[in-house]
Amino acid sequence: MMHIPVLRWGEPYKSLDVDKVVHFATGEVLAEVGRANAGLVERDMRHAQRARDVLREIPIADLLQMIKKAADLYTEAELPLGNGTQTPDQFALMQSATTGLPEHMCRFNMTKNHFVLNQMDKILESLTRGLDLNVLSHGYGMERGVPISYQAQSPVLGLVLPSNSPGVHTLWLPIIPMQMGLVLKPGPQEPWTPYRMAQAFVQAGIPKQAIAIYPGLGDVGAAVLAHCPRSLIFGGTATVEQYKGNPRVQAHGPGFSKILLGDDVVDNWPKYLDLMVDSVLINSGRGCINCSGIWASRHTKEIAEALAERMGPIQPLPPEDPKAALAAFTVPKQADAVSAAIDQDLKEDGAHDMTARYGSRLVKKEHCDYLRPTVILCDSPKPAIAKKEYMFPFTTVVKCPQDEMLREIGPTLVCTAITEDKKFQRALIDATHIDRLNIGPMPTIKLNWLQPHEGNIVDFLFRARAFQFEGPLPQ
Amino acid sequence: MSANADKVRQARERLDAHVREIVQWHFHPDTGTPFWLERAKTYKFDPLKDVNTFDDLKLFGLFEDEWLRGGPVRRWVPKALANKPTYVFETGGTTGIPKSRVVQDDFRIDYEMFSDTLPEKYFPKGSNWLMLGPSGPRRLRLAVEHLCQHRGGICFCVDLDPRWVVKLIKKGWMEHLKAYQEHVIDQALTVLSAKHDIKCMFTTPKLLDSLAGRLEQDGSSIAQQGITGVFCGGTEMTSQWIRFAIEELLGPNVYIAPTYGNTLMGLAAAEMPTADQNYKIAYYAPEPRAVAQVVDFKDYNKVVDYGQTGRVMLTTLTKEFFVPRFAERDEGEREAPSAKYPWDGVSGVRPFHEFAATTTVGVY
Repeated sequence: MMHIPVLRWGEPYKSLDVDKVVHFATGEVLAEVGRANAGLVERDMRHAQRARDVLREIPIADLLQMIKKAADLYTEAELPLGNGTQTPDQFALMQSATTGLPEHMCRFNMTKNHFVLNQMDKILESLTRGLDLNVLSHGYGMERGVPISYQAQSPVLGLVLPSNSPGVHTLWLPIIPMQMGLVLKPGPQEPWTPYRMAQAFVQAGIPKQAIAIYPGLGDVGAAVLAHCPRSLIFGGTATVEQYKGNPRVQAHGPGFSKILLGDDVVDNWPKYLDLMVDSVLINSGRGCINCSGIWASRHTKEIAEALAERMGPIQPLPPEDPKAALAAFTVPKQADAVSAAIDQDLKEDGAHDMTARYGSRLVKKEHCDYLRPTVILCDSPKPAIAKKEYMFPFTTVVKCPQDEMLREIGPTLVCTAITEDKKFQRALIDATHIDRLNIGPMPTIKLNWLQPHEGNIVDFLFRARAFQFEGPLPQ
Repeated sequence: MSANADKVRQARERLDAHVREIVQWHFHPDTGTPFWLERAKTYKFDPLKDVNTFDDLKLFGLFEDEWLRGGPVRRWVPKALANKPTYVFETGGTTGIPKSRVVQDDFRIDYEMFSDTLPEKYFPKGSNWLMLGPSGPRRLRLAVEHLCQHRGGICFCVDLDPRWVVKLIKKGWMEHLKAYQEHVIDQALTVLSAKHDIKCMFTTPKLLDSLAGRLEQDGSSIAQQGITGVFCGGTEMTSQWIRFAIEELLGPNVYIAPTYGNTLMGLAAAEMPTADQNYKIAYYAPEPRAVAQVVDFKDYNKVVDYGQTGRVMLTTLTKEFFVPRFAERDEGEREAPSAKYPWDGVSGVRPFHEFAATTTVGVY
């Protein structure tokens, strides 16, 4: 049995408490993962500063080279994992087996992570707006003849990671090259990426003392948040609400990402059908950047019917099938609960299930369940379901006058607005409840990695402040 | 070391005799408990005639702890004890009416029995104690204070209100939670710094984590504060946690005595877990006053085999309180009788898996 230990600043620690990681389709136990306890996290955080110290001994330029090397190791090498090793194929298989994502999607996510690691110098240049990266290292520098200071707010970044979407790991990849340590609490079904990435980093020359991984229950996540001065957490709306306004925590929740079709283009809606389908369906609709609402002032019924015709017939396929488009729900009863919630919302006037005619939404298997793509037509923004988001290919098509859209859509992580109407474009640019704005025909899932996502991670970790000095300073 | 068969048989005979005595007491019209006398009217059996052994307690079905919510509380006081001073201890109660249990001397008897299990070397008689945990309507404060006094010491107390802690968690007021935790630990540090010659303490796993963490920040430790014995309980303790506590918080010169129990029963003791036993914590209830069984998840009348997992079922058999077959909110593995405790025990105690996802546990 493969045993994956807790990693305490690079040192394996075999916990007496373990969680078994089970293949969703066969029930086979793939590995056991050691479970940390909260006190252990608290105690280890006494050495958090050492993580930054050992990284600061390596110039950022060198760390960036190591990160590039890690990118290749991550995608190509057989790397140590617990008391065994893991090839890239085994990684995709294991990740698929526990998260329910088809294997080809897992492999695609690997290439995404590789791309981000490989482009890290450009990403940091972009996120810091061209800052000399030594300023992050030293804490001060000169720019255009003016002293500047970027002060690290924490020696480490804590992360309470989810299980649903391996794509989120791209968010923490820039941390090590900024000479900050990583304190990772993996999602229960997705320990694979944190461990594999940590091994790739270490094999590439990054000091192991810079990385800690604490699998565990909720108390471990709470300990990470309590003891890391800066953390990211992924969760639902309640999590986001809980940490709103907390400067120590950046909470990432549902995206409620949307496509808005302007009045000037909506009559040509068939032209954008592929874009809409991709936005809803890619990665089995799991990401916060997947579209969960398509808004237009007219043709909404035709749009919803066309989307249903394209996605409604999609059936679950085995995870190894390269055509598999749907991820399995591996947490018992989760799919039942989601499907029941949708059925409940459909009792409201003005909401119509356009995919109902293609068969049952809920497909139950022996060890897992599936939810097939669901398209809901809303006669107005009024039905509660108009603004819902779920972790499968689900979208509403909402009829709404263009001049009311921005008032009605609510918080939106990615908004693709297809319009050439300058007045509407201006209003979209000014809308503060939209995070990532795409103006033009771009799928919501198409990200420019050189741009910040839900807040600039550099601004979260470093504080720009006034700094004056005379005489020599420490490097 | 396992128990020999004679000792196990004798313990069982003693338990059966105790069951007869307690059932006679609670169901006799002269001495009985109003709640049970009233309930007996609905039975198709006669407790005074038909209950002769521990197994016969199955006739009562399962005890429902909901019966303990609300009054009149006097219905739980046996007629024969009606004129004695009576305490009421509460459990739960974050929202709604808490469950309550009447007590007269049970907590003193239970903790005196528990006292006999503590090693003198680490819990020296005459030493002073720190009680760091919930007081208020709970049993713990009075019980720990009595334990300390019984051993000739004086007990310093620092309170923690678990109902407020649960509320803070549910509201997501984590900053307040942290501040409250610091407030509690500040008080403990003040007591420990005041030269009261405190050698023993009661605390919960989370508070021990916090206290040790703070002491370490200040360049000290539990051991350096002069503590030699820690009696730990109140919430779930895993083998991993106890190992962590022994290896990293306490060191080799501090003894930790893990316990399991609740307001409804007495206190189940355990030997100090060791590395060669993989830090397994095996609890043994203080039979015959209380019995802990591990029963099949699907058939509570069936005890699981040794080493197998099931739901923990508690039975309390004292003259003050009769609780037959209460299915606890915990599960664990059935342990064989030991030389010290020639009856069944339970190890690996953790929240019952069907409740675990919906219950806020281990908050203090």
